[in-house]
Amino acid sequence: MLKRLRFPIRYVPFAATVAVFIVAYAIGAISFKNFFTLRVFVNLFHDNAYLGIAAVGTGIVILSGGIDLSVGAVIAFTGMLVAKLTACGINTGLAILIALAVGILFGILQSTLIASFDLPPFLVTLGGMFLARGGSFIINEEALSILKNPVLDFIEDNLQLSLGNGVYLECIEVVYLIVLLCGIVFTQWTPLGRRIYAIGVNEQSALLMGVPVARTKIMAYGIAGFCSALAGIVFTVYLKSGNPLNCIGLEMDAIAAVVIGGILLTGGVGYLLGSLFGVLTLGLIQVLIMFQGNINSWWTRIIIGILVLLFIFMQNLITKLSDKKQ
Amino acid sequence: MDILRTTGISKSFGEVQALKDVDFSLEAGEIHALMGENGAGKSTLVKIITGVYQPTNGSIWFDGADRRLNSPQEAEQIGISTVYQEVNLLPDLSVTENICLGREPRKFGFIDWKAAKERARKALAKLEVDIDVSANLASYSIAIQQLVAIARSLDVECKLLILDEPTSSLDENETHQLFQIMRHLRDQGLAIIFITHFLDQVYEVCDRITILRDGCKVGTFRACDLPRVEMVSKMIGKSKEEIDSMGHRAPSSSEQALGPVILKAENLESRGVVGPLNFELHAGSQVGLAGLLGSGRTETANLLFGIASYDAGHLEINGKVANKLTWNPRKAVKARLALIAEDRKLTGVIPDLTVRENIILALQASKGAMNQIPRRQQDQIAEEYIRRLDIKTPSPEQLLKNLSGGNQQKVLIARWLATKPELIILDEPTRGIDIGAKAEIEALTDDLCKAGMSVVFISSELEEIVRDCQRVVVLRDRRQVGELAGTDVTMKNILKMIAG
Amino acid sequence: MNNSQSLNFIIGITALLVCVASTFISGRSQKFRHLRWPLVALSLLFLYNLIFKPTFFALEITDDGYLYGSLIDILNHSSKIALLATGMTLVIATGGVDISVGSIMAISGAVAATVIVSPYSSLILAVVLALLVSTFAGLWNGILVAACGIQPMVATLVLMVAGRGIAQLITDGTIITFHHPAFNAIGNGHLLGLPVPAWLAATIFLIALALTRTTSLGLFIETVGNNRTAARYAGIAARKIVWITYVFSGFCAGIAGLVVCSNIKCADANHAGLYLELDAILATVIGGTSMTGGRFYLSGSILGAILIQALSTVMYANDVNPAVIAVPKAILVIAVCLLQSDRFRSRIMALPVFRKFGGEPC
Repeated sequence: MLKRLRFPIRYVPFAATVAVFIVAYAIGAISFKNFFTLRVFVNLFHDNAYLGIAAVGTGIVILSGGIDLSVGAVIAFTGMLVAKLTACGINTGLAILIALAVGILFGILQSTLIASFDLPPFLVTLGGMFLARGGSFIINEEALSILKNPVLDFIEDNLQLSLGNGVYLECIEVVYLIVLLCGIVFTQWTPLGRRIYAIGVNEQSALLMGVPVARTKIMAYGIAGFCSALAGIVFTVYLKSGNPLNCIGLEMDAIAAVVIGGILLTGGVGYLLGSLFGVLTLGLIQVLIMFQGNINSWWTRIIIGILVLLFIFMQNLITKLSDKKQ
Repeated sequence: MDILRTTGISKSFGEVQALKDVDFSLEAGEIHALMGENGAGKSTLVKIITGVYQPTNGSIWFDGADRRLNSPQEAEQIGISTVYQEVNLLPDLSVTENICLGREPRKFGFIDWKAAKERARKALAKLEVDIDVSANLASYSIAIQQLVAIARSLDVECKLLILDEPTSSLDENETHQLFQIMRHLRDQGLAIIFITHFLDQVYEVCDRITILRDGCKVGTFRACDLPRVEMVSKMIGKSKEEIDSMGHRAPSSSEQALGPVILKAENLESRGVVGPLNFELHAGSQVGLAGLLGSGRTETANLLFGIASYDAGHLEINGKVANKLTWNPRKAVKARLALIAEDRKLTGVIPDLTVRENIILALQASKGAMNQIPRRQQDQIAEEYIRRLDIKTPSPEQLLKNLSGGNQQKVLIARWLATKPELIILDEPTRGIDIGAKAEIEALTDDLCKAGMSVVFISSELEEIVRDCQRVVVLRDRRQVGELAGTDVTMKNILKMIAG
Repeated sequence: MNNSQSLNFIIGITALLVCVASTFISGRSQKFRHLRWPLVALSLLFLYNLIFKPTFFALEITDDGYLYGSLIDILNHSSKIALLATGMTLVIATGGVDISVGSIMAISGAVAATVIVSPYSSLILAVVLALLVSTFAGLWNGILVAACGIQPMVATLVLMVAGRGIAQLITDGTIITFHHPAFNAIGNGHLLGLPVPAWLAATIFLIALALTRTTSLGLFIETVGNNRTAARYAGIAARKIVWITYVFSGFCAGIAGLVVCSNIKCADANHAGLYLELDAILATVIGGTSMTGGRFYLSGSILGAILIQALSTVMYANDVNPAVIAVPKAILVIAVCLLQSDRFRSRIMALPVFRKFGGEPC
């Protein structure tokens, strides 16, 4: 049999994501003087680290064929939790650990309901969203700022990597990159991660092939809960305060980033690395519009909408093409 | 040497007894065909062997020990694998993964993709398949996908391989390739249960044949000792003598004067599905479509009704050509066609709607949404058909899902009679319903004919066809193999044609 | 106990009795069964207030001759959700979902406000144009779902994301405030003592009811949602049916957008109808329509909308921080999910306590 060297169709969405990012970046670099600098590039990571971490969790849930609407609310909740706990004099490290545990538990709770009673994930995570949002107001009705915190100050002052020219790689972007890397390794190189893909492609077939569907689902949402909690912590560190109104609607941005990253919303198709480019593209659009100055900020949403649409159409086309082959 | 023995296996679902006291044995190194018409119990037997169902009675002995299987996974662990007609793999994942999922080779806890690919390649090489294993499964033909499924089965220690209608979507070459592989595996000592509807294939590849009928085992035979006609007669449960003695009933009066042609098919064909077909349907006559399961009967019905599109030939209804690009069920309904399809649950029953709503549905659809049938009239229509077809329901407002199978079927017939069709296609209308209801439906189709309707009757029960139809179109392996009319319509003649 | 207190008490008891009575009636009738659980919840809410906060039931007649009080507030504010839920019910009945309605509301408000402050300021022009645009938005969703075959949630996500941007584009990024007595009446006016939004919601509900029940659209929608293949075999134009429901949903969202815009006398592209799509879906599911499609209950959805708003209003009345309302809402969502889950019901019924009664769960 003759093996022809060709570009597999399943890499097309990912390639398109990268291409969109490069094109957008090139446009910026050509049009604006100070755009093609390390500072702008690093800032892109800095400003979107929390969204990126959330998108890793959302991506894993979507790959498993589910959806998680509670992301934004969980971010606000864990942020408030950390702020409150540190204000109460609890060790910052401990507070962070507690917040992470709460996030994981929250995800596991939601997915247990979904998996054991066959409930629609859309509604259950909607309930989770209400619960977490309400919960963050119960912790405190107004924003809580973290003023003097030796641990956070230490992190900020000492844990940064100079890249020269006064540009520093700070803790939160490093956390994001580590989470992303772990997510990619987990989904691509571990049997547990592959199970997530398997149930996302077809739950019934996966069950027949011996995949423990319920346990895998619970794991996926647990990871998403962890990511949301971590994003919440990062966001709190980033702003040095927790606010119960933080990140309203962030789950939709995360979903959009994941879709633009080439992951199929129905599950089972795509790469977590794509979510990086999805997040960066979203951030880049904002930066571009900021640089431009004349174009109004609402174009951001419209452009994101158009990008989402294009990616949905592309995925649809690819699905149809590979169906035809059969 | 036996590898599998089932003794006295029975299985009942509620009051329906699907299997009665079946003893079945299988030797290592043989290809064994499991034959039977619908409802014969072969899929139930397979599901018991693979652990999907647990038998009500009886025991399974496999590979040296008595077994109780509670799930397909357990069956797979002891070496029983199944490859289904619709490939139950994951199309969006790579071939490698489909073969290795759940037992990936690891290195330091992480998947060793290189080793996994190598293993997939080796597993496929055993089947003489050489493909790019890192490509998505969906990018290959069904035939390759089926081979991948077999490779996955062989990758675990497999001692018994069950192939459930693997050839139904393969072309001739692919089928032969599959057979070669099957023989090869047999020679290595694997036991294979092969389920198919194609008689030719049974004789081509199988060593022994077990025939089931109505949940009982008819017998196990060596393929070379069992002539085709005899096999078919055993499957449908009539002895040769019975068939010979059963003639055609006296030709009815309607036969002398054929009504106008309602439907005409000329070389009608859907490539790779069914055809070419050539027949005419006249008003006031009943035409039977005979053939075994999988011979293309349902496909023909779908073609006529516009569910599936045809790509060659010519279809004419009431003198008007049904355009192959635009012919669809809505147009068919407008042209006064009706189809009572085979898969009642999927294509007919709207479970959460009431009996009344189900009955008036097609009539309402043909009138359009804006032209609602007044409620009084709806009640009248519903009551009329409930009475006429003797539908057993506490009230017309009962939800259809709460009715028994036979009554659901009658509701669907009522749905289409309410549209006052000129041509009605009944695809296995008597399947899975009790004898009383069967007789009623037969009597009903007779009446419809007398009233000038044209009826196409599809049934596995040749007796019903011989009894009711003036003409019979016979299908085999998705091709029309002949047409019988008048006094030629006898069980014997039909059987001869079916067996080929 | 003074006069007004006893009056409150009487109103409260009447409201409670009406609720309890309807609960019993709906429990017994085949046709209104789906209303039972929301009515139980509403009864409990009223009971709580009757005991702890009878002033909740205070009703006054203002000098202008219209009613005023918490109960009226519920009616007034639930109408937005009710409007959305009416359209959403039909969409969900076909087995779909429309998460773009909140954004469509923002677009509708933006269009109306732009017309109102423009030189061509006219009530009719504003309303007609806003409704045209939002109906077109629904049409867009319908095309993506029915013609392109994109999964409903994904298809409507596009407009959900882009919609607020489009609304801002229309308003040029500003919050347009205006004063236009006739237009303001849509969100703030009263008719026969009751707020106009409630009348609007009632009208749309009746129109939807008439459209689906005096024609066969309702039957077709349920058929498509219940068994799409069978609908095709019966000769129903399934695609067209699906498409119509999205158009109608867009139209309803347009009216809801007008109500909000007129109510706050400005067009706020960022916040108008924010997260209201979730409330609408919730109202629909509370009303007994299953997310998987099939049978739909418009009356249930309206009741669901009222219940959601009643929950908020009761919390307001009891001085709970409005944001904490999310918590009981969460409990409501999960409870509704569990009540509708066959698996949950069969597990609960298997418990020894319930086995004794042998009754049916729902």
